[in-house]
Amino acid sequence: MSRERRADRTRLPTVGPLPSFRFSHVHKDRLSNRLSLWSAEHRSLPIVTFILALPVGSSADFEGFEGLSAMTADMMDEGTGNLTAIDVNAAFARIGAHLESDVSADATVFTVTVLAKFARQALSLLADCVIRPRLDVADFDRIRQLRLTRLVQIRDMASAIADRAIMQVVYGTHPYAHMALGTEESLRQLTIETVKRFHSALYCPSNATLIASGDLTPGDFRQMATDMFGAWADAPCQIPEDGALVAPPAAPVHRLVLVNKAGAAQSEIRIGEVGLARSTPDYHPLIVLNMILGGQFVSRINMTLRQEKGLTYGARTAFDFRRGRGPFILQTSVQSDGTAEAITTSLREIDAIRTDRPPKLDEVEVAKAALTRGYPRNFETAEQIARAMAQLVLYGLPDDYFNTFALQVAEVTVERAREVAVVHLHPERLATAIVSDAAIVTPQLAAAGLGEATPLLPRL
Amino acid sequence: MRVIIHEDHRLPMVAVNIWYHVGSKNEHPGRTGFAHLFEHLMFEGSQHYDKGYFHPLQEAGAALNGSTNPDRTNYWEVMPTNALDLALWMESDRMGYLLPALTRQKFETQRDVVLNERRQNYENRPYGLATSAVVAAMFPSNHPYHWMTIGETADIKAATFEDVREFFRTYYHPSNASLVVAGDVDTADALERVRAHFDEIPAGPKPLPLQTSVELTSERRLLLEDRIELPRLYLAWLSPAMFTDGDAEMDLLSDLIANGKVSRLYRALVYERRIASEVMAFQNSRELAGFWQIVATAAPGHDLAELQQGIDDELAKLAAEGPTADEMERGHAQVEAQFVYRLQTLGGFGGKADQLNAYSVFLNDPAYFEKDLARYEAVTAVDLHRAAQRYLRTDNRIVLSVVPKGKLSLALPHSTPAVVS
Repeated sequence: MSRERRADRTRLPTVGPLPSFRFSHVHKDRLSNRLSLWSAEHRSLPIVTFILALPVGSSADFEGFEGLSAMTADMMDEGTGNLTAIDVNAAFARIGAHLESDVSADATVFTVTVLAKFARQALSLLADCVIRPRLDVADFDRIRQLRLTRLVQIRDMASAIADRAIMQVVYGTHPYAHMALGTEESLRQLTIETVKRFHSALYCPSNATLIASGDLTPGDFRQMATDMFGAWADAPCQIPEDGALVAPPAAPVHRLVLVNKAGAAQSEIRIGEVGLARSTPDYHPLIVLNMILGGQFVSRINMTLRQEKGLTYGARTAFDFRRGRGPFILQTSVQSDGTAEAITTSLREIDAIRTDRPPKLDEVEVAKAALTRGYPRNFETAEQIARAMAQLVLYGLPDDYFNTFALQVAEVTVERAREVAVVHLHPERLATAIVSDAAIVTPQLAAAGLGEATPLLPRL
Repeated sequence: MRVIIHEDHRLPMVAVNIWYHVGSKNEHPGRTGFAHLFEHLMFEGSQHYDKGYFHPLQEAGAALNGSTNPDRTNYWEVMPTNALDLALWMESDRMGYLLPALTRQKFETQRDVVLNERRQNYENRPYGLATSAVVAAMFPSNHPYHWMTIGETADIKAATFEDVREFFRTYYHPSNASLVVAGDVDTADALERVRAHFDEIPAGPKPLPLQTSVELTSERRLLLEDRIELPRLYLAWLSPAMFTDGDAEMDLLSDLIANGKVSRLYRALVYERRIASEVMAFQNSRELAGFWQIVATAAPGHDLAELQQGIDDELAKLAAEGPTADEMERGHAQVEAQFVYRLQTLGGFGGKADQLNAYSVFLNDPAYFEKDLARYEAVTAVDLHRAAQRYLRTDNRIVLSVVPKGKLSLALPHSTPAVVS
């Protein structure tokens, strides 16, 4: 570009050819106790992230003991060997780190990020915590009480209540209906013995994958893993039937429910149905479809509810692809006097994309570009790369998945996007959950012909 | 306009980040919330591309957003390197040519969107208006930190289309902006591209810095009713402004006192005595002044008087004895790690481009990173001990009790109702 050049404001600049990108090479190994080791080098900064991933989440909670998997994960940094809970956390803090645990419906994932010079200490602490937790009854009582208190606080959080309400209505008695935290009743059923039983049955090396990403060679990683995790006994894992794969209900328990919050400043709305598993062959057409419907700022639903009508700060849709069939959910929070209008508009948009206003060619092209062109920014940090590898592990995706993603999205045609809308969105199965002031919302629902909402008290 | 180019060739990406040195501190009573409302209007199209700001950039693979705080407004795009010109074109068009495309209808719709943002993120969220009550009590009504960036509902409703023009002319031009281009670029080439897009925009007048002062000379006790079940206590003190002496000390003290299981208050109130369900502390570093805050939520069956006594006991102990060697070691380890972690992300909120602009706008020194780390590394146990004694006293603070509606007796004694709207 020459010094004299001045931008041409009569048209947007053209965008040149896309630079190429390749995901780091995934190196796989296995210890003699059958613990899988996956690593990817990423040497730009002296940082390492370790992840220990178990394909065991809240859908594996023993029946009547909802919250068990999350409670068990939470107990892992509450003491090991001679170290108390405080000692463990002090040891992590001395290396500038902490142990993070995430329990989703399908998985339990422990994450530690540290400066590379502390990689050995971090891995050693991680091993002590997860393999040899103290599981003292006093720590258990304290942690359970904190989780019960969390449930009390959630009663006041309209967005969390709405999330619970929609899952309960859509999934009925399926393991996906309950949240990882569990309920007051189920938490009170738990004992330290249940936690010990869950830990010994499901935390075993053959069921786990240890992941490293960052400034660490596969050779050094193997050596460290052997030193720290080699003594983890290869006891047979007692994996129960996979709750995630139980067939979900064919129809929601109710079509329209209302959780009354007198004096609420807004209406939290969720509209959803049972969606698809991560293994669906329609995955890529569905994420393209979702971009058009509600997956980005310029999606139909956000443009209508926010940019045209000003009813909300934002609205979005998502397919939550899980090991079993996860939900498709639209979520928004709208001004209370616009509740019925927002619901009617949302339902119409979902219906329209499979009937009178199917995805258009330019919409499909924009969605595909938005999904693929900025893709490398998902892999900037050691932790992002480690979490990406955990996705490969937990959903059985091929090693080169991230390198073929853009190609697979590029192959999605407008016909495929239209087809998956017709096949996988079911207006007759959609359930709507509202958390708001019933006195304000109920007359609107009647006037809009949406009918009478069933009052719901979410299980907490 | 200051322009900073930062080469980082790790990924085929580039980040564009613009800061305008204007925030809610530049607003006036009766017109609060305007800087943030204005930020929304920056995404509604400009003279030469009047079809919304997101569409062409998302199609090019960009992530983009903006935010407003009391001190500044930032806008950013992160995208593949081939879309750099597009981002510069879009940013320069809204800097130079926003007003011709702005209509009354866009303005009114975004005003509704912002009112809904306020309802969603503040009014309908437990404890959502507590910080508003704290800053209103801490900073006098003529101080620019007296109000929250989101603004008061009545003020947002009172904002007019005519206010927009004046605000744009006062604050949105090159002399009040700082631009960072960071990523897989060549410095000379990137600079040429910036010139091609921004040189034509008149520099404009530089707004004058604000002159303010504030002090707290007594403890003020307030109460706020909310739709909650568990009472919560907010303790807030004035503290040093961003990057000034004592700012790093207060930041380190927040970790030592209340962040993580090993911190003093977690250990005493949550782990041992179990009278609190959660506790946190933070230094709010701002350009004109800071404030340092402890937030503690009661455990069921326990009250705010117990929490206050427990917190004051721990603060008194710290003021008497100072920090331990272990605490200093942990504090410095955390700082070292955090500074390295900060280098991982190129763009977006808190990424490298954003950090460079923070140093540029607030310190006039984009290369301040090393010095910033050094000011934390230099902090000794004696410094922390002194800072705790100097700032965290019982006679110069705001104490806010947030209690369930109708249960005023759960507030600390002698509390008066806080003003929020």
